[in-house]
Amino acid sequence: MSADPTREVDSESATEEVALRKALSSNPRPPRPSALSASLTFGWRGMLKVKHVPEQLLDATMTPVLFTLLFTYMFGGAIAGSTREYLQFLLPGILVMSVLFTTVYSGVALTTDATKGVVDRFRSLPIWRPAPLVGAVLGDSVRYLVAATVVVVLGVALGFRPQAGLGGVVAAVALVVVFAFGLAWVFTTVGLLMRTPSAVLNGGFMALFPLTFLSNAFVEPETLPGWLETFVEANPVSHLVTASRGLMDGTATAGEIGLVLASAAALTAVFAPLTTRLYRSKG
Amino acid sequence: MTTHSSLAIEATGLVKVFGTTRAVDGVDLAVGTGSVYGVLGPNGAGKTTTIRMLATLLSPDAGSARVLGHDIVREAELVRGVVSLTGQLASVDEDLTGRENLILLARLLGLNRAAAKARAAELLEAFALADAATRLVKNYSGGMRRRLDLAASLVVTPQLMFLDEPTTGLDPRSRNQVWDIVRALVAEGTTILLCTQYLDEADQLADGIAVIDHGKVIAEGTPAQLKASAGSGSLHVRLLDPAQRPEAKRLLTRELDGVQLEPDPATLSASCADADRGAEAVAQLSRAGVRIADFSLGQPTLDEVFLALTGHPAAEEAGEEEAKVQDERAA
Repeated sequence: MSADPTREVDSESATEEVALRKALSSNPRPPRPSALSASLTFGWRGMLKVKHVPEQLLDATMTPVLFTLLFTYMFGGAIAGSTREYLQFLLPGILVMSVLFTTVYSGVALTTDATKGVVDRFRSLPIWRPAPLVGAVLGDSVRYLVAATVVVVLGVALGFRPQAGLGGVVAAVALVVVFAFGLAWVFTTVGLLMRTPSAVLNGGFMALFPLTFLSNAFVEPETLPGWLETFVEANPVSHLVTASRGLMDGTATAGEIGLVLASAAALTAVFAPLTTRLYRSKG
Repeated sequence: MTTHSSLAIEATGLVKVFGTTRAVDGVDLAVGTGSVYGVLGPNGAGKTTTIRMLATLLSPDAGSARVLGHDIVREAELVRGVVSLTGQLASVDEDLTGRENLILLARLLGLNRAAAKARAAELLEAFALADAATRLVKNYSGGMRRRLDLAASLVVTPQLMFLDEPTTGLDPRSRNQVWDIVRALVAEGTTILLCTQYLDEADQLADGIAVIDHGKVIAEGTPAQLKASAGSGSLHVRLLDPAQRPEAKRLLTRELDGVQLEPDPATLSASCADADRGAEAVAQLSRAGVRIADFSLGQPTLDEVFLALTGHPAAEEAGEEEAKVQDERAA
């Protein structure tokens, strides 16, 4: 039983042993990385996952395509009289809806990740504590950007012509992605509270459907009953749609943009520390 | 409580409660620097929970511990700076390649990009993973995964390493490779806390052992002391000619206690506490003309040690630890 096959004196195992000794001989620990560097490293991890399993971008690309085509051709004629005219109104709304739905997957991914052994290793490292989460959400911003790009490119192909040109579109996409970054923290919190990825998915969509549909994304609020109009006008998703529509049309006010940035900051301020706390106490 | 600067781990009365289960129920440990200390126990004994507290992943409900002089609760960040952990679930990212895993860890430990790449290459070579460097870890064998896990723990040399059941589920060759890595690591001066269910493994690697059951340390000592406390091991002899068995039995009974005929008609066994007496008994058989096909002198198994120490077999709680790990994660 004590005979040890790897101890046989042949040149191969001798070389291996030398390599092993060399690799194990003292490698001093460098100073710990900065918060930013650690977060970006986790962001890189997220990108690598997309690189190895590109199918996971399917939800970020197919859903926007479906939404854009469906709404334009199904409701365009009925709501605005023509699909072309409706698309001018609809596109910023579809952009918002598509990107916000993608944020739910940040929560789903975290629920899946949190059950894996590698999280123990991350938690036992002397790094800035929120880095794994900040990195994951930063990495996910790439998905939001993909979803946004799909909507805009498809929209332009279908005849959408932004008044404010490319600059306006880029600004609108940037604003939506910043808001998504804030909203993603809500779903990462939910993701750590719920046990299964499908519960997060269902819960997330259940919350987002009313928030996106009961907004000014698809219809003018003036056409709604008064009580609903009140809700729609208070809905933060409406503010985001108004601001992105304004940016694309070249009519956005600093107040409209400021309101969106403030709500993104507020969501981050509340839910990012909450997520970090849950992540730390897990296990 | 005097503080010994030579102690790598000093735990006093550690307690962790999950719901109504006292998973760890007052564990004391004193582990010297530079040694391998084995924590031996069945599934569900509280080994993993103890390690997770010492590695600052769980906070204790009572008691205290210092790891390399740092308090695990108040100075958790300092503890994390000097230890590394190889968990029971392989602590590597299955969705990345082996190389990416090591670069990721190296970057998180503060190496710059070039140094991280160089270190990853060096470790892959040393752990016989160079050929699999660009394959996704989910396609690795159990042995490869475990080696990568160890490599990931050694990107920078830790002063103390926690190894939680490093060879559970591995084939004998992979297990020997892991043992070689552990020995090399100890030779370089790292202290190791090793959790295992196998007495054999603790015996091979550990200088001192604590046996843990129901969250409590029930025995402590060197491997030799523990085996002695378990009573005897056994001698198994298989004869070339079954017809010689009565003669062999007569001869063995003169030397050893508990001689038994086994179901195999050519085999008999006896309890045997010390190897010299066992060897002598075999020599006598041979001198008397009894032809022996093979013989083995067995150590007491973990089951036997357990039975001797606790009065109940170790296997009865198998599977509980797994369930508990799940609970801990869900909690």
